[in-house]
Amino acid sequence: MDFTYDDEQDALRDAVRGLIGKAYGDYEKRRQTTKEDPGFDEKVWTQLAEMGLLGLPFSEEDGGVGAGPVEIGIVCQELGRVIAPEPYLSSVVLAGGLVSAVGTPEQRQEILGALSAGESVLAFAHAEPGARWSDSASAVTASQDGDSWTVSGTKDPVLHGARADVLVVSAALPDGGTGLFVVQGADAQAEGFSTYDGGRAARVTFDATAATPLGTAGADVTASIAIVHDITRIMAANQSLGAMETLLAQTTAYLKSRKQFGVTLNTFQALTFRAADMYTSQELTHSLVDWATMVVAAGKPEEVADAAARVGLQVSRGGRHIGQEAIQLHGGIGMTAEYSVGMYTAHLTALDHLLGDAGRHLKVLDATLEEHGVIDPLDRS
Amino acid sequence: MQLQLSAEDEKFRDEMRTFFTTEVSQEIRTTVAEGRELTKEQIVESQQTLNKAGLAVPHWPEEYGGRGWSDLQRHIWNEEMQAACVPIPLAFNASMIGPVIAQFGSQEQKDEFLPKTANLDIWWSQGFSEPDAGSDLAGLRTTAVKDGDDYIVNGQKTWTTLGQYGDWIFTLVRTDPEVKKQAGISMLLIDMRSDGLEVRPIELIDGGHEVNEVWFTDVRVPAKNLVGEENSGWTQAKFLLGNERVGVAPVGSTKRVLARAKELGAELVKDDPLLRARIIELENELLALELTALRVVAHSEGGEPHPASSVLKLKGTELQQAVSELVVDLGGPDTLASGEEGDTESWYRRSTPTYLNLRKASIYGGSNEVQRQIISRTILGL
Repeated sequence: MDFTYDDEQDALRDAVRGLIGKAYGDYEKRRQTTKEDPGFDEKVWTQLAEMGLLGLPFSEEDGGVGAGPVEIGIVCQELGRVIAPEPYLSSVVLAGGLVSAVGTPEQRQEILGALSAGESVLAFAHAEPGARWSDSASAVTASQDGDSWTVSGTKDPVLHGARADVLVVSAALPDGGTGLFVVQGADAQAEGFSTYDGGRAARVTFDATAATPLGTAGADVTASIAIVHDITRIMAANQSLGAMETLLAQTTAYLKSRKQFGVTLNTFQALTFRAADMYTSQELTHSLVDWATMVVAAGKPEEVADAAARVGLQVSRGGRHIGQEAIQLHGGIGMTAEYSVGMYTAHLTALDHLLGDAGRHLKVLDATLEEHGVIDPLDRS
Repeated sequence: MQLQLSAEDEKFRDEMRTFFTTEVSQEIRTTVAEGRELTKEQIVESQQTLNKAGLAVPHWPEEYGGRGWSDLQRHIWNEEMQAACVPIPLAFNASMIGPVIAQFGSQEQKDEFLPKTANLDIWWSQGFSEPDAGSDLAGLRTTAVKDGDDYIVNGQKTWTTLGQYGDWIFTLVRTDPEVKKQAGISMLLIDMRSDGLEVRPIELIDGGHEVNEVWFTDVRVPAKNLVGEENSGWTQAKFLLGNERVGVAPVGSTKRVLARAKELGAELVKDDPLLRARIIELENELLALELTALRVVAHSEGGEPHPASSVLKLKGTELQQAVSELVVDLGGPDTLASGEEGDTESWYRRSTPTYLNLRKASIYGGSNEVQRQIISRTILGL
């Protein structure tokens, strides 16, 4: 039982913080960057590649670094701290994670090699309107004609779908189940748009579009999608934690500097007590984020779904609490686009709804309520 | 970052679990499991069983029964004890006055009191709070005036928990009224059989008699019962109230009550999505709290407590209260019924007094408002 980073992990955190802090430490830079397509800074993306961060989760033979979940969590926390707009979560953790889990050795080397090198942006085209957080596909279907496959239908939202060089597409298979396919970005029809948190997404339409099966042709990979979704939920929780920590730090700084009635706001206990409650939410979240990340690292896939739901539930509750209070304690300035706390809260809201909110996680946990008496975090090791 | 316990700690945990579930009286553990009140004799018996095995005061200096364990091991000891329904050693003895005497007491005081304190041969009461000194403890007014080799004590203490069982009481008294209020306080150990000392019960909202007023009228206390220097009592009080970082949050016992609530209310819970959601949220918050406690013990080895430790009391008592509230709601009208001892109905019948009694948890030991003040000032710098 150890909740501390080792020296190498500390060094990684410092390096990422240095790079990304330089890029977005000044919130105005993030604001300007997200005003124009592709909604992130290609130079920063290249720098992330040069630092080896884009290949962090992938094996060395696939062109990656072979680091573990704790390291990926560190990167996500640092990106969350400045709400960096680069598509790390959607491209590396999610889409890259699927290629790593399902792809053939050749596909992994080709796709993940290019991703790790910063030469290619990936997107996972999976969400379908109205489908909420399913692990399977239904509105987009796959058809087979001899050795060649095509996909048809509409995916929306696809994070960074318009910018992506390569799309990993989920589709309902002719004989049932969900398969994954690789489609070149140029072959799909993508209508990109900005999301409310300054991010980018697209509505991507396939019309008998040529598609290469990812991994074994015709294999149902719903279970693989589920586990990569769960790992992504846990990494999104890391990213949310970083954002929450910044929100509390900014709120605290504001309470100490802003004057009304001739005194700074921290003179008012009604405000400082609310900040104390934000701290409690932050620390409880921090504990579950560390734990869930370690559950992934412990390599017991059967426990990851539970850990993802548990940390997701806490992040949903804690993120809303901290985001809403940060705006309230700032007062009017917190409502403006020029100031950062509103956008942080928007980003937390986006992460909350990307892969499931508190309601979704409660339903998952409901199914196993009778399977335990007490929950013992140490017995999971 | 590592989830797994070391092989050594794993073994330690097994030893604790085995001891608590096999060596402590089953009758006592059943009494705790069913939420019934322990008698004084049961509390003494349980602590003496632990003390005989060296498990009553593991955090004390080793020459007085301490074990030199890591904070993590102490955490495991504490959690396993609660999980096994073993009453934790009497806090006034084991967590409060014992460590203070070991740290500040004279050699004579250590020899006289520590063995009996560990073994609960002496039952200690706490004499800190006064009618006008609650959260503002330093405002206390009970006086101790030197008279030859004695102090003469006059005044009133209150909220003295289980004072009706007390043999001795450790008190904070004012020995210098002329200086800044914190600088004129001393700690005195007083024999509760002394002339002029009177314990009066206070009836509480749960109908029980748990706390008392303790009145002092010209009580003569030998000066050798002063702990440390005269007027240094505030230092000892801060040590007593602030040196704990293991067992601050009652995680293990709250988890156990929640698990039992699920078990006894299974039929009701099965088809009620609102109750299920409520239980899942409580379980999840308890998990987050337990992990926070683990972060604190894992980080504070030999140094300052981890900043997150201040969250433990605040959130721990809130969850303890929320679980007690859930039990009342599960009982519904059964909480008002007659209920025979030992069955589900009697558990529900006791649930409302327990719920009412636990309102104290966010008031004592530094109220939760005091905890928020500590977080906002000390941690957030507000």
